[in-house]
Amino acid sequence: MIKSLDPRITRAEIELTNTIAPLEENDQWETYEVFHQKKRGDQHMHVGIVHAAHPEMALLFAKEQYGRRGQSVNIWVVKTRDVYTTDYEDSDIFDTVPEKMFREAGGYKVMEKINRYKKEHKI
Amino acid sequence: MYGNAYIDPNEKANSIVAGEDPEKLTEFETRISKGEKIEPKDWMPKEYRKQLIRMIEQHAHSEIIGALPEGTWITRAPGFQRKLALMAKVQDEVGHAQLLYSAAETLGKSREAMINDLITGKSKYSNVFNYPAFEWADACIIAWLIDAGAIINQVANAKGSYGPYCRALDRICTEESFHLKYGHDAVVTLATGTPYQRNMVQEALTRWWPPIMHFFGPSDKISQHTEILMKWKVKMASNDDMRQQYLNMYVPKIWDLGLTLPDPNLKKNEETGKWEYTEPDWDEFKRVINGDGPCNAERLAVRRNSEERGRWVREALKTADTKYIVPLA
Repeated sequence: MIKSLDPRITRAEIELTNTIAPLEENDQWETYEVFHQKKRGDQHMHVGIVHAAHPEMALLFAKEQYGRRGQSVNIWVVKTRDVYTTDYEDSDIFDTVPEKMFREAGGYKVMEKINRYKKEHKI
Repeated sequence: MYGNAYIDPNEKANSIVAGEDPEKLTEFETRISKGEKIEPKDWMPKEYRKQLIRMIEQHAHSEIIGALPEGTWITRAPGFQRKLALMAKVQDEVGHAQLLYSAAETLGKSREAMINDLITGKSKYSNVFNYPAFEWADACIIAWLIDAGAIINQVANAKGSYGPYCRALDRICTEESFHLKYGHDAVVTLATGTPYQRNMVQEALTRWWPPIMHFFGPSDKISQHTEILMKWKVKMASNDDMRQQYLNMYVPKIWDLGLTLPDPNLKKNEETGKWEYTEPDWDEFKRVINGDGPCNAERLAVRRNSEERGRWVREALKTADTKYIVPLA
C-alpha cells in the first residue's frame, strides 16, 4: 500500500504494483470538433476537439476546456466524422485565374470612359 | 507546466531524413523557414512526426502528473482563498493536458495509446514531478518557480512550426500567467510573514533548487540531430539558453526576498552576461528520469488507479456506433 504525503492517497489504499489491463480502442470515445463565439456578433470559430460519449457531454467538456475565464459566449460541437473537408493538396481550386477579371472590382475602369467622353465633348 | 523534452544526443543523426522524398523535404523546409505552420494533413518527414508526438505527449503527461504534487495540498491549503485558487490552478493543469493530448492526436497516435504508454512507464514526463511536496511551501515554490520555467519553455515552443501545438500553447500560456502571479503571491506571503513561515519557504526553496536546475535538461551537444530539429522549429532554443533566461529572470527576484539559494557558485558574470553555477548532478537526473526517484512509483500507481476506477463509467457510456477518426486540427 502506498504511504503517501497526501492523506487522500493513503486512504485510497493503492498498491504500488497495481498492474491494470491496457485501455482498449474507443475507451476515450470519439471526438467532437469545437467551435466557439468569443462575443455576440462575432463568427463562431474552430478552437479544437474534445472526447465525449454524446453531444451533451461534448458541450460540457467544451465549456470546461475552451470557455474558461469568459473566453466564449456560445459553443457548437459537431462529430469529427461528420465534417467534410477539402485537402490542402487541392488548394489550387481556390486560385483565381487572371482572365476572370470580369468578376473583380478592378476589372471595371469607368473613370477612363468618363474622362474620354468628357474630353471628346469638351464638358 | 512542463519540463523540456529530452532528446538523446547519441541518437544516430544520419538516418533522420533517410528515405524522404528530397523534393517534398525541400518544400517542407522552405515553408517552415518562411514562418508558415504545418497542419495535420500536410506532408511531413517521419522524424518530424515522431519527435512532435513524443514531445507533445510528454508535455501532456507532465500536466497530468504535475497536478499530483500540488493536488496533495488542496485539502490542507491554509485558508479558503488559497484552497479555491489552488483548485482552479490544478483544474487548469488537467485542462492543459486535454488540449495537448488533442494536439498530439492530430499526428496519428490515439489518446488510449498515449495513456497506456504513460501508465506502463514507457513515456516520460517532466522529471520535477518525481519529487514530493513535503510542506505547503513546496506547493508555493512549484506554483511560482516551476511554472515560471514552464512559461519560458512554452512561450518558446508556441513559436514552433506545428499549427495545432502552437494554438494549444497560446491558450495554455494565457492561463499560466495566473499561475505565476498566484505562486509569486503565495511565496511572497510566506517570505514576508512570521519567522516560521520564512523558514518554511527557505527550506522548500533549498529542496527544490536541484530539480529546478535540472528542469531544462542537460546541455545539448550541438549534434546534427538537434540542428535539424531546430531548423524544423520542433526545438526552439537550446536547454542552456533557456536555463540562462530563467536564471536571469528569477534569481534576482528570489534574492530580492532575502532568500538564499544552495549554490555558492551561483552568480552573474558581468563581463559575459551569463550566469555561472555549479554543474547540476546529471547522474541523479538520469537515475530519477529512468524511474528511480522518490515518487515515480507512487505517481504512476495513482494514475493507474484513477484509470482503473473510472473504467466502468467510460464503458457504460460507450455506444455501439462509436467510431474514432483522427481529429482535424
